[in-house]
Amino acid sequence: MGFKKYLAKRAITMFGVLMATLLITIALVGSNMDAILKQSVSLEIRQQVTNNKSLVSSFKTPEQLDTYVQNQIKQRIVALGLDQPWYTPQRLGLSMYKILTLDFGHAKFITSDTGSSDVKDIILEKLPRTILLFTTATAIVSLVGILLGAIAASKVNSKIDKITSGFAIISSSFPVWWMGLIMIFLFAFVYQIFPARATPEISPADPGYLPSLLYHMALPLITLVLIGFGSWAYLVRNFLVGVLQEDFIMAKRTAGIDEKKLLYRHALKNAAPPIVTVLALSLSGSLGGAIITEAVFDWPGMGRLYYEAISVLDLPVIIGATYVLTAFFLVSIFLADVLYGYFDPRVRRQ
Amino acid sequence: MSFSPKEIWKEFAKNNIALAGIGIIAALLCMSVAAFVAIPADTFREWNDPASWLVYPKSALPAWVNYFLPQKIPEHLILEPEESHQESGSLYVVTDVFVTDYKYDSFPSDFIYRYTAKYSDSPLVQLSVIRPDGISSILMSTSLPASAEETTFQGMMFSTDNSVRKNVQNNIDFLFPTGSIPSQDLVFSDLAKNNVLKGVYVFKVTLYSVSGKATLDQSQFVLGGKAYGLMGTDELRRDLAVGILWGTPLALFIGITVSIGSVVLGLVYGVFAGFKGRTTDEAMMRFNDVIYAMPALPLLIILAVTVGNSIFLIVGFLVVFGWVGIAKVSRSMAMQIKTLQYIEASKLMGQKDFKIIFKHVLPQLLPYAFASIAISVPAAITTEAGLSFLGLGDPTFPTWGQILHDASVYGAAERGMWWWILPPGIMIAITGLAFVFIGHAMDSIVNPRLRR
Repeated sequence: MGFKKYLAKRAITMFGVLMATLLITIALVGSNMDAILKQSVSLEIRQQVTNNKSLVSSFKTPEQLDTYVQNQIKQRIVALGLDQPWYTPQRLGLSMYKILTLDFGHAKFITSDTGSSDVKDIILEKLPRTILLFTTATAIVSLVGILLGAIAASKVNSKIDKITSGFAIISSSFPVWWMGLIMIFLFAFVYQIFPARATPEISPADPGYLPSLLYHMALPLITLVLIGFGSWAYLVRNFLVGVLQEDFIMAKRTAGIDEKKLLYRHALKNAAPPIVTVLALSLSGSLGGAIITEAVFDWPGMGRLYYEAISVLDLPVIIGATYVLTAFFLVSIFLADVLYGYFDPRVRRQ
Repeated sequence: MSFSPKEIWKEFAKNNIALAGIGIIAALLCMSVAAFVAIPADTFREWNDPASWLVYPKSALPAWVNYFLPQKIPEHLILEPEESHQESGSLYVVTDVFVTDYKYDSFPSDFIYRYTAKYSDSPLVQLSVIRPDGISSILMSTSLPASAEETTFQGMMFSTDNSVRKNVQNNIDFLFPTGSIPSQDLVFSDLAKNNVLKGVYVFKVTLYSVSGKATLDQSQFVLGGKAYGLMGTDELRRDLAVGILWGTPLALFIGITVSIGSVVLGLVYGVFAGFKGRTTDEAMMRFNDVIYAMPALPLLIILAVTVGNSIFLIVGFLVVFGWVGIAKVSRSMAMQIKTLQYIEASKLMGQKDFKIIFKHVLPQLLPYAFASIAISVPAAITTEAGLSFLGLGDPTFPTWGQILHDASVYGAAERGMWWWILPPGIMIAITGLAFVFIGHAMDSIVNPRLRR
């Protein structure tokens, strides 16, 4: 199988996953969504009728008014296609099409910082912040991890190796969000260095917003790095130890290439494919974890948006955020596949 | 590739880390048993019922912090009485005596006496104190509502009641102005200065009844303090030791059920796909890919919100997302085993696929299965804790995640209530570590390639 065919197959699978996730989401929230939509339609029409004084006075009895209102509601529901359940092919197709073209509709309760209730606006506002936080964290974690892992791998069974491995296992057992609580306790309560809530108080339009956002980002960033770098170092160490035992390294060592060059040039290069793959995967994994992490620190990104939308059951936002989160997740998985195939020719020739 | 249990155990006993893991799990199991035995099973049902935690203090530190503090903070004491009764003529007297050695450096926050009296007519209840310096004072006396027939009455006496302060001011001669000082600060005060008088205090409750023998039941004297028990209490007055203890069997249940469920499902699925091969394999693996690439947490959240958040449902959801990785590995293992000669032989003998899978293939994968069960426990526990932390867990059970959710809602971290956030997280980590230790040890036994 050629590499292109391999990629095409993966891309199709990914698209299938995206559709399946969306279908499941719509299936799960669909009936609720219908009930909410119908409610808002009847509310809207009742308001329209009662505001129209001349129309109200043209009815003699309250019963007549009531039947008129009921008829209006029914007409509107039919016009919107709400008389059919959400799982009829037309409605399902329509909602899928709308979502695919990024038309998520309007949020029920949540608004963006600028006051827009368009779900697309809200997501476009929150998404960069999540990417900022988690990409920075992943970059720092992988850098520190690769360096530390290389040092540990060059001195297997030394003290530094044992400390790294021990720290990796212990630090990865604590949930990130719990560590977040501890960090807030330490650095917002005991030593009042950082703010406990990561949402800046000043408005986004203010020129001081970006520095303030970065200052508020410090605590979540430190937490993510602290929890993450240990297991990274451990992973890199294991890959490197494997490579260092291979024959070509032995050959180079006997040829007199010095250990440092051997480690950073030759071994690291050969350990790159799995490392890069894990990097892409951990980025996607952290996006999923963002929901809890951002909720702890009150970081105004996608994760917290998702959490808020869930707690007030703002369905358009839930669907939109699920779509975007899934899409990002899949893109990074796909990227991992591509990179792996690029670095490791065996995958291509499978 | 096959190992006898004896061999595995032999390898296992050589591995210190594995033994540490087993030790921790044994300790956790003991805690679970203790939870079932020591704390009545109803307690965790009362976890969310504020009425059942009334006599407990609000946000109290663990009592042992006093060992490290130069100034001893008052411990919250719930005293049980020594009962006695006398009869002289028509007068029947019930006496409940509460003794406490008060050795703290600040005053109690308040005191409450609560009781249930069974009587007829209208008896008199009197609360008095004998201080370490020998001075005694009536604190409060009240006559119970008159009733011709036998009746029960639940009552409470509060230190905040004005008559308590008046009685103390009248009966004890303080050498300092007692104007606006609350009554508990007077009862426990030195005569010369408003400092704590340490020593043994005796609180006496007397019930005088003329007709019939009145009784005092459920009589408790609560001395309000800022430290309580082994783990302190939370903002809702709940004893955190109870929550942590009950969280243990719940976490073990969730972790083990989810991991066994997903390993069994993944194993059967993967082996079936690998054994069948061709189109079946292709179709099953594509489905596997789809589930594998789904973002688990967002979907888990939606499921918990829309379908339901009972603990059993959550276990089910976690299994749905947990089996995919195992299916992939066991498929490739099954494909290797499939080519072995004895499988070919049994195929030629006309054995059914179903039987071959269960009799000849699956048993080969059992060591791997046990290792994966151990390794996948921590993820299940952390994911459930994460869901509970977001407030989407089963609210009827006090899981560790649930406790941390409450802590976060009440801003425990910002307010410095470390005893509310540290123990649940440490318990989650310890439980996870124990299973990771065992899993890795088993993995290195089962996969000789990992051994170095």
